[in-house]
Amino acid sequence: MKELIKKVVEAYGPAGNEGRIRELVQNEIAPFVDEMRVDALGNLIALKRGSGSKKLMLAAHMDEIGVMVTHIDKHGFLRFYPVGGLSPLTLLGNRVVFENGTIGVIGAEKLEAQKDLTLNKLFIDIGATCKEEAAAKVGLGDVAAMAREFADLGQRIIAKAMDDRIACAILIEALRAVKQPAYDIYAVFTTQEEVGLRGARVAAYGITPDLGIAVDVTRTGDTPESAIMDVSLGKGPTVKIRDSSLICTPAVRRFMEEVAAKNGIQYQLEVLEAGGTDAGAIQLTKGGIPAGVMSIPCRYIHTASEMVDYEDVLNGVKLLTHIMETEYMG
Amino acid sequence: MRTRGGHSLDSRDFLKTMVQATGVSGHEAPVAALIKEAFLAIADDVRIDVMGNVVAQKKGEGEGDISVMLAAHMDEIGLMVTKIDERGFLKFIAIGGIDQRTLVAQEVRVHGKKDLIGIIGMKPPHLMSPEETQTAVKMQDMVIDLGLSAEEVQQFVSIGDVVTINRQFISLAGDFVAAKAMDDRAAVAVLGECLQELKRIRHHADVYAVATVQEEVSLGGALVSTYRLRPHIGIAIDVCHGDMPGVPEQDTAPLGKGPNIALGANIHPKLYERLVEVAKEQNIPFTLDPIPAASGTDAWAMQVTRAGVPTALVSLPLRYMHTSVETLSMSDVKATGRLLAYFIASVDKSFVEGLLCY
Amino acid sequence: MLLKKLSEAFGPSGCEGDVRNVLLEELSPYVSEWRRDALGNLIAVKSHATGPRVMLAAHMDECGLMVSSFDRSGLLRFRKVGGLDDRVLISKHVLVGPKKINGIIGAKAIHLQKPEERSQVIPLSGLYIDIGAKSKEDAEKLVKIGDYAVFATEFKHLSETVVTGKSFDDRAGCAILAEILKEDFAVDLFGAFTVQEEIGLRGAGVAAYGIDPDLAIVLEGTTCNDLPPSKEHGYCTTLGGGPAITVMDASVICDKGMIAELLRLAKEHHIPIQFKRSITGGSDGGRINQTKAGVPVVVISVPCRYIHSPVSMLSLCDYNHTLQLVKLFLKSIAEGGFTR
Repeated sequence: MKELIKKVVEAYGPAGNEGRIRELVQNEIAPFVDEMRVDALGNLIALKRGSGSKKLMLAAHMDEIGVMVTHIDKHGFLRFYPVGGLSPLTLLGNRVVFENGTIGVIGAEKLEAQKDLTLNKLFIDIGATCKEEAAAKVGLGDVAAMAREFADLGQRIIAKAMDDRIACAILIEALRAVKQPAYDIYAVFTTQEEVGLRGARVAAYGITPDLGIAVDVTRTGDTPESAIMDVSLGKGPTVKIRDSSLICTPAVRRFMEEVAAKNGIQYQLEVLEAGGTDAGAIQLTKGGIPAGVMSIPCRYIHTASEMVDYEDVLNGVKLLTHIMETEYMG
Repeated sequence: MRTRGGHSLDSRDFLKTMVQATGVSGHEAPVAALIKEAFLAIADDVRIDVMGNVVAQKKGEGEGDISVMLAAHMDEIGLMVTKIDERGFLKFIAIGGIDQRTLVAQEVRVHGKKDLIGIIGMKPPHLMSPEETQTAVKMQDMVIDLGLSAEEVQQFVSIGDVVTINRQFISLAGDFVAAKAMDDRAAVAVLGECLQELKRIRHHADVYAVATVQEEVSLGGALVSTYRLRPHIGIAIDVCHGDMPGVPEQDTAPLGKGPNIALGANIHPKLYERLVEVAKEQNIPFTLDPIPAASGTDAWAMQVTRAGVPTALVSLPLRYMHTSVETLSMSDVKATGRLLAYFIASVDKSFVEGLLCY
Repeated sequence: MLLKKLSEAFGPSGCEGDVRNVLLEELSPYVSEWRRDALGNLIAVKSHATGPRVMLAAHMDECGLMVSSFDRSGLLRFRKVGGLDDRVLISKHVLVGPKKINGIIGAKAIHLQKPEERSQVIPLSGLYIDIGAKSKEDAEKLVKIGDYAVFATEFKHLSETVVTGKSFDDRAGCAILAEILKEDFAVDLFGAFTVQEEIGLRGAGVAAYGIDPDLAIVLEGTTCNDLPPSKEHGYCTTLGGGPAITVMDASVICDKGMIAELLRLAKEHHIPIQFKRSITGGSDGGRINQTKAGVPVVVISVPCRYIHSPVSMLSLCDYNHTLQLVKLFLKSIAEGGFTR
């Protein structure tokens, strides 16, 4: 599965500009889904029919964080605004890449003190010497993503955009693996999650599922002097209890735990203090939808080198596949 | 609960049972069950919806052509266990807006496989430097001490379990009462008062009295229940800041002087006017709260559901909000229940149609 | 002049009646079908048998003040409605209540202040509206709790092309929408004059829910910060640079197809055009975009200096270019020149 993951994480697709990753996913899943459509916000909605009358919506977001060009100065330097949650600390000195392949480096103005480092003191240098040269390659409103290749450390793998492309890979593999879906499954590769769960919100309205489960990444508490969190790499995918966008429906959480236990899949329970997911939008759709989340533990979220455990990923595929084959009784 | 002779509900007893029960946002099932049972005695139909809201329906004489929804949230703020350390101490985060200063030196109830009593302790003064005593303890530095070994703790407690302050209902002088979760279960008691009052007077509109979930974290319960019920009028009942020293008088409402009626962008002007009219007609004293923007209550969610809902907000003055000793006057609970009942009785089809005429 | 009438109308969020009336009066010869909803949105309906359903939106409300209590002395305490910087409130003339009585927000005389005081912001709790009442009882005869107040700014021409007035955010958008509604386009057109944008984008979502559009164009008056000591990359927009197209703001990512068509039309018709070059601040576009199963949206703005203060400024060239561009866009949509 590492080849699929590499393809998927390296694809270009910041929030609002998901065209390329969407095309890639479409090509991957076409052989094993019944229908596909793209909605008004660019969500890719794939239907895989099954037995039973219930609709299960699965959500994995295609979009990644990025930077949008808002100004090109006379020397060809670019000023930008963040698309999604970005810290200046993770950008400084890093490389970004635009849709057309143009690469840039993030530099900073002179600072009196390190604590003065804010996003508006940064700029992108694409190696142009004047405005015209820069404008020939990049335009106002263009968005660049982090530029970093996938790295395989064996048990652990690193890339930019594990959040949330690892979930996209998991969803693709689960759709391939599932044999007897217990629902009509709406596998939604959502857009604009990083800027406010927007894709999932409208997709859920259009589908009105009976059950919604998002797949995302979550933080860990297993690095030196980390914030307190009882989730670690290598102990399995998580069943989420709560994050800042939702308190998972208790019955859905119990259901997910039962499916994991019944199928011998190691899992962890997750309480995330800060951070939200597509499930938050799904749960509050129309008259309310039971919602839960399966997360893949991930270190260094929203940096160019997000790290996950490969076994956790494989177990995530297993758990998701079994969920797709087990009816939720509510 | 605690119904007395036939189909009635004593508000004080009902309130006491509710506030002593547990129902942290997202985990309202225990208190929801109590409320459902209580409402069954005084409503025509009571259901719990997919998100956990308790929806009690009382039919009017109009065959369902217009409906009024009342929303009072049953969820309370609380804590959630995030880690059990190797010695059995619990780390936690807040669910809803908690002032960390209200947690120290408190007895808590950890709602695991069974309820366990724990202590959020405080280092004794003997061991503290003068500077330390001047700084509030941070929540991330606190632990819950259950007095058990780690193995024993692991048997009963898991991460994600919710925790509430262990507080009994306290009767103060006069008709003042104090407890945790008065925000907003006192308003659920108001729903009970209103439903009972409606048995004594005639009303055209159907009434949905909804004990909502998750107000403290997302207003999610009100959002989905309003969507489902499609009421013509939505009224949230919540609490507002009661008079107390250290807070400017103009930002509070006095206890025992009746309900507080809100006006402003979150409130439909004609609903505000009608509530004030009814209060005057019924000799119910009241105070006003001008709110320029978000009310911070279920009314904010109700107003923008579907193609919009005319909303109003009525509040109980409450001291020490979001502590475990929230204090209010029972007379305000009764007066608010009456105000809502008489308001509902005054609502007919042409009033509802007039709400769309701007 | 319509922009003058609208700028001077009284309409803080939650109290847009005056603006509604100006629009109804202005448009009664041109619009025969109106809808209103529970929040007070005013929607002009110009149905057409063919063509997509297009929603145009401009918000009627402005930032203002709300009377919250009376001081014993007769001074009025107030709360802010919408995003007003405390510092713009001092030493201003306001109009209070439905009768628009005069009030002033004073400040302690400089003679009585210590030097250190002058570098500190006066907190809201230290500000009052003085309507000249001698006591609380006196004030209660003139004003009620919950009455609103706006800045008493008169619309003026500074030159033939530059005008100043209050609330160009978003009375400029309302004026443009009104002018558009005076013409006919071969699309199913819903012109929504929305409420309560400034306090949380409240009216647009419910209006869109009721209308159920295929696409939406939001007309705004937006930040123009092209003044010293700002650096060029902090300008956001420039006065005279033409209508400003939003690629992304805090609430929405605008539809790329709609943006491309606007750029093409601007080029073809030699209309100056610029991008809005910051991502802060939300708009009605965000709520409309996420209504039901999603609506493609574009936000087009007239650059306005000093928004959210008593004295904003815009260029009538930008205003007219914006109007021209939107009309061209509607014609293009009607002729199927733009498809999704």
